[in-house]
Amino acid sequence: MSGPSLGPAADGALVDESRLIRADLSPGKRLAALALKWESLLFLIFVAMMAANSLLSPVFLDPANLLDATFNFTEKAIIALPMIFVILCGDMDISVASIISISSLFMGMSSASGAGTTAIVLVGLGVGLAAGLFNGLLITRLDIPAVAVTIGTMSLFRGVSNAVLGDQAYTRYPASFGELGQGYAVAGLVPWQLLVFAALAAAAALVLNRTVFGRYVYAIGNNKTAARFSGVPVQDVRLAVFAATGLLSGLAAVLLTSRIGSTRPDIASGWEMDVITSVVLGGVAITGGKGNVGGVIIATFLLGYLRFGMGVMNVPGKVMNIITGALLIVAILLPRAIETLRRRALLGGRA
Amino acid sequence: MKELLKRAAKRKEATLVLLFALLCALVSLRAPSYLSGKNVNTIANDSALLVIASLGQFLVILIGGIDLSVASNIALVGMTMSLANVAFPGLPAALLLPGGSAMGAATGAFTGLLVAYGGLPPIIASLGTQCIYRGVVYLVLKGSWVTATKMSPGFLALPNTPILGVSSMVWIAALAAAAVIVFMRYTASGREVYAYGGNKTAALFAGVRSRKVEILAFVASGALAGLASVLWVSRYGVAQSETAAGFDLQTVAACVLGGVSMSGGSGAAIGVAIGALFFGAINNALTVVRLSPFYQMALQGFVILFAIVSNTLIDRRNQMKLAARRSV
Amino acid sequence: MKKTLRMLSLALALALVAGAALSLGSCAKAAPKTAKIAMVVKSMGNPFFDACRDGAQEAAKELGGIEIIYQGPSTPTAEGQIEIIDSLIAQKVDGIIVSANDKDALIPITKKAMSKGIKVMSFDSAIAAGGRMVDLVPSETELIGKQQVQLISELIGAEGEVAILSATSQATNQNAWIEVMKKEFETNPAYAKMKLVATVYGDDLSDKSYREAMGLFESYPKLKGIISPTTVGVAAAGKAITDKKLIGKVQLVGLGLPSEMKFYVMNDACKQFALWNPVDLGYSATQITNALVKGKLKSAKDGTPVKAGEVVEAGRMGKITIGESGVAVMGNPFVFNKSNVEKYASIF
Repeated sequence: MSGPSLGPAADGALVDESRLIRADLSPGKRLAALALKWESLLFLIFVAMMAANSLLSPVFLDPANLLDATFNFTEKAIIALPMIFVILCGDMDISVASIISISSLFMGMSSASGAGTTAIVLVGLGVGLAAGLFNGLLITRLDIPAVAVTIGTMSLFRGVSNAVLGDQAYTRYPASFGELGQGYAVAGLVPWQLLVFAALAAAAALVLNRTVFGRYVYAIGNNKTAARFSGVPVQDVRLAVFAATGLLSGLAAVLLTSRIGSTRPDIASGWEMDVITSVVLGGVAITGGKGNVGGVIIATFLLGYLRFGMGVMNVPGKVMNIITGALLIVAILLPRAIETLRRRALLGGRA
Repeated sequence: MKELLKRAAKRKEATLVLLFALLCALVSLRAPSYLSGKNVNTIANDSALLVIASLGQFLVILIGGIDLSVASNIALVGMTMSLANVAFPGLPAALLLPGGSAMGAATGAFTGLLVAYGGLPPIIASLGTQCIYRGVVYLVLKGSWVTATKMSPGFLALPNTPILGVSSMVWIAALAAAAVIVFMRYTASGREVYAYGGNKTAALFAGVRSRKVEILAFVASGALAGLASVLWVSRYGVAQSETAAGFDLQTVAACVLGGVSMSGGSGAAIGVAIGALFFGAINNALTVVRLSPFYQMALQGFVILFAIVSNTLIDRRNQMKLAARRSV
Repeated sequence: MKKTLRMLSLALALALVAGAALSLGSCAKAAPKTAKIAMVVKSMGNPFFDACRDGAQEAAKELGGIEIIYQGPSTPTAEGQIEIIDSLIAQKVDGIIVSANDKDALIPITKKAMSKGIKVMSFDSAIAAGGRMVDLVPSETELIGKQQVQLISELIGAEGEVAILSATSQATNQNAWIEVMKKEFETNPAYAKMKLVATVYGDDLSDKSYREAMGLFESYPKLKGIISPTTVGVAAAGKAITDKKLIGKVQLVGLGLPSEMKFYVMNDACKQFALWNPVDLGYSATQITNALVKGKLKSAKDGTPVKAGEVVEAGRMGKITIGESGVAVMGNPFVFNKSNVEKYASIF
């Protein structure tokens, strides 16, 4: 052993490369270089997966099918964007699916009382934002770990939907509301949802890489205390990040409710883990401070099309889960294992 | 005596106990039968499995992780043990308890190895094994169920055999809790888990071996989940691929409720046991006062939030007092 | 060195993905020119639906030239079923048979399927009228609900407190039956001395159903009977009655699978329960979908419900007549007790 190992501070990126990239690069560039490497690896896996699927199924590589398949993961992808920021800060939000539920509940209520499409959307976004702020305020003002707070609000938010709806459901929405989550743009081929996601992804990348706010997020994730002492408004940034997560979960609720035209308390159940999986597979370190938007976008499409590909080959869902789970472990394990072996070999050579 | 009370009040579990007492008092007002021996027994029975599994989760949270494979461990080990019972009905059912623990320790160790040697964060490693273990159950059973019809009567009676008026399941949970309490307080390994969770770097420099602690936590979590699994499938009389679905987050919630810090290193096993019992008590209270089952989830969420907020406020006050005393 | 290693890790990852996909794909090759009919169930790993699949395969074999695809999400959610139906549309299957997790949420996607020429029907748990062409109910909703009340009334001498243990609070079929039962309890003079005291939800999870049943014993000490119109719930309630040593004191009826209920029938925890034959259900659904796919139903157009009065020749099940708004009824539920449960336990 070469001194104390830093084992538990694990993450998805090729961490050990950081030792080889010299300190003469700025921290930002160094991180960018790292992320780029993880992203390129992911991208190649993505290409291989697409190629394998196309070979195995004649219906897979059809533009209309591929575009339609995005309906099933765009909403999750939209939540993954703010989740990148949350995890970069070293936090976690497991209440996102429950925010969808409560936000959809209020949309259903407003629709039932005769509200128009615009009002319904505003209600959905507003409730999402409020739920996010509620999380954020508890986490930052009382300084409680985010997992603890969001495991509570996860029950609370969905619990409210349960208490209000019971065995009932809201199923009447205006026709124009249905267009939002089901409609197409660009020659009737590209789902609106996908365009919304593309715009948001670009915005997220811009904020993370080109603004002071983005630099703050990385600083907080790397070392909260140090960030505070160097004048980063740590708690305000985290609050904003949780509020944004709530807002975009609200947006996901708008799109999902519109897509399926129905509000039930169990809507989107289990989505929180799907979202977190794609963020982690995208190379964002669960300990915070490392990762970027690009990797997560690739990971989202990788997981989405892997499921779709297995779907057109009629692989049972439980078997898909085995493969997704194995992919998650291997994708993160492999580069690390190889790096460790290499380091051992180098050390052995020197000795 | 006064000193003792003062010290007790400072502990995080004190809030929980107060909250618990409040719940009991309120429910008893409306339904006096709530605190009857019979009903307390019901609550204990309904919480026993959660207590056992949460104690395992507790160790993983102490090292700063989360074990998302608890429920799928229960599904996988539970299936294997019930199949063992179906294949060898003559084998004493009680032997499956250590058998299940051993197998759970092994499946837990696999997750632990991924963490310790693969460098995967606990949440990712266990998310991965969760998907795999549950999938394996599906593949082995091909979607069918192991039902009570196929299990031996001895196996089905295993969790309910009364010993001194209390079911064996509750005894096992109590023994598991006692074992974890003793282990955490009085053994070097137990102290190492706390030290490691509290401050990784400091613990490493103090000679704590990180890999040992990480594997230990997951082995313990797996073994306790394995123990719970045998009781689970024999109590509910069925083993299938969706066994214990959603149980992971309930064990985490029981730990949070029990005052375990999600950032690791702090919390007590007794708190976890009380936290898990509390969940059983809330659910039971809802049925006893005949409140709509639809309020259950919201109430659970509210209680979790209330407990962590009040714990935090108490912590803060204690720290401020400590700071004030220091400055004198 | 670094480059080689990265290439190596990449190659390994590629091999992994390709290997996984290949090994899966090899078992999913379709022969050309057969009609593909997909059965989408509430969730995988439910013996009831596995029996339905067996029936579907039986019908496919009889009819010839039909490939049955059996799919379902890993947890019973509408979102999961939508994802599956999307991939079925992409595969251009000819017909889809769905047991819906949500009668409304599936409408947009099944409409899309029908707009592409795919024939969609629901069975077991319905999709609302706009989202399918035929709905095959195993038996009249009225009949099922009334029979359940009748069964419990026989066991408790039409007197005392009764509770219902349901599946999820959102299950379309469950809620419809419960509605009928409630009406029976309120209006039927024969049941004047019986009282429905509670409806609880076990979410089709064995552990939750078991605890809910236990909860009923606590909160209603005078409870005489439980009706559990769900296969998971009725088995869990049987276990709870057995464990609590209430056999003979609390009676249980419901809808159950003989293979799961045999134990509780033999120990008297559940003296009688009902169910239709899931094999027949899957068989009939496949016959109907085949008729839709082959264009044998004249009014099957534009993805709207088939008109009342159309008749499907359904092999060994005889003729099935489509009723109002495309609803077809299979037959009467069958009652199982000590005399016959053993015989059926080996089938489903």
